[in-house]
Amino acid sequence: MPNKTALYDTHLAMGAKMVDFHGWALPIHYGSQLEEHHAVRRDAGMFDVSHMTIIDLHGGALRPFLRHLLANNVDRQKTAGKALYSCMLNEQGGIIDDLIIYYIDESRFRMVINAATRDRGLGWIRQQAQAFEVGIKARDDLAMIAVQGPRARAQVHKLLGVHAEHLTPLTPFTSTFAGDMFVARTGYTGEDGYEIILPAENITGIWTGLYQLGVKPIGLGARDTLRLEAGLNLSGTDMDETTSPLESGLEWTIAWEPEDRAFIGRAAITPHRHTPPAMKLVGLLLHEKGVLRNGQKVFTDTGKEGIITSGGFSPTLGRAIALARVPSEAEMTCKVEIRGKRHSASIVRPPFVRHGKSCITEINNDLTT
Amino acid sequence: MSNLPKELKYTPTHEWVMIASDGTATIGITDHAQGLLGDIVFIELPEMSRQVAAGEECAVIESVKAASDIYSPLSGEIIETNNDLSDTPELVNQHPYGDGWIFRIRLDDRTELDDLLDAAAYQAQVEAEEH
Repeated sequence: MPNKTALYDTHLAMGAKMVDFHGWALPIHYGSQLEEHHAVRRDAGMFDVSHMTIIDLHGGALRPFLRHLLANNVDRQKTAGKALYSCMLNEQGGIIDDLIIYYIDESRFRMVINAATRDRGLGWIRQQAQAFEVGIKARDDLAMIAVQGPRARAQVHKLLGVHAEHLTPLTPFTSTFAGDMFVARTGYTGEDGYEIILPAENITGIWTGLYQLGVKPIGLGARDTLRLEAGLNLSGTDMDETTSPLESGLEWTIAWEPEDRAFIGRAAITPHRHTPPAMKLVGLLLHEKGVLRNGQKVFTDTGKEGIITSGGFSPTLGRAIALARVPSEAEMTCKVEIRGKRHSASIVRPPFVRHGKSCITEINNDLTT
Repeated sequence: MSNLPKELKYTPTHEWVMIASDGTATIGITDHAQGLLGDIVFIELPEMSRQVAAGEECAVIESVKAASDIYSPLSGEIIETNNDLSDTPELVNQHPYGDGWIFRIRLDDRTELDDLLDAAAYQAQVEAEEH
């Protein structure tokens, strides 16, 4: 039996079709995945993301530990509440998981890692933390809602009334405590919004309150097309322990300076700091009608093949898009094999969509001829 | 239970068949099938004049979730395809038994009609799959 989140019965009552997602029973959609996708791009939607693993880190040599554990540098988080996106690497430079870490105060950080890699990630963090005497606590007593879309913040403020005053000063990628809630202006959709962490027993009240204000419940199906349009990698799918951040479009998340910060995996990826590795992660845009899918082969002018790591249909663009790992020299165009036939696609730099708007200028050109 | 018109015939692979008196048949997918697929975003239609055998893959439906093959319920020649579906594939979700029809075929062998399911038999199969 998969784990149930505190909202399980609420999802069923709202007509959700449930699926097993890495051991959790979660909604894939509540009727129409396309309508849910558009609701987030145009208005506001909410996601039950209680399956994500919330970890509190406290005490010991906490900052030195995090400088060692993460490829990004927590010293970039100068003020309390600041959030940081980072990869956590193995010794070979492969990505164990990606995560967001929140700086609460000098003795406390909070981290959110993926459900799919929970056991591996948590085990790795605990193992590495021992030498630094840092306390690691998985917060299974907490639940999490993401509220995303151009009207998401306004709707949350409306629900919270006077308590919203703690939230209004939040700039992107910052967080704060507000009563029993921890609220961060972060997300996984390419839209503005909040991620709210709160005691599991209180989540149903917030969820139904937002629903009554008109915030749409959104399933995992639209969550995937939204993150794909936003060019955001899915850990375990677009990257894993065999691929480095440099092969995953995440060079910007590696803090090379200062030179003496010996984060795990640094030695393995340093040879590619100035010389690109053989493969890179790019965006693809199919010229004709059709749908790109995970695992389809990509043929490039370099004579070497690549592969689609995440493919799908972009509801915002009305076209097929994908993330693909291709040879580093590949540029401009390629061919994707769909059911034995090769179809032309453009190689583009993600994101495809941000804040409801296309980021792909060539969308306006007629490339289908 | 989803909508199942009594006058149509069905296949175990969730196609429906409407047989005309002139020896042609119109084919689509059932309401149950479109519900399972979710939002449909692209349909690869069969080529005109193609000769297909009963049970042969002849079209592909791409939904937000996955690609699914459509099998010809009967042997014959493809004589028409629903070109409205190239711009509005969602018609299959909205009107699976009407504007969402997929192709028409001229039958080779009317005795194949005996192999199709009636609405009650198809419904029994769907219920069995759900348990």
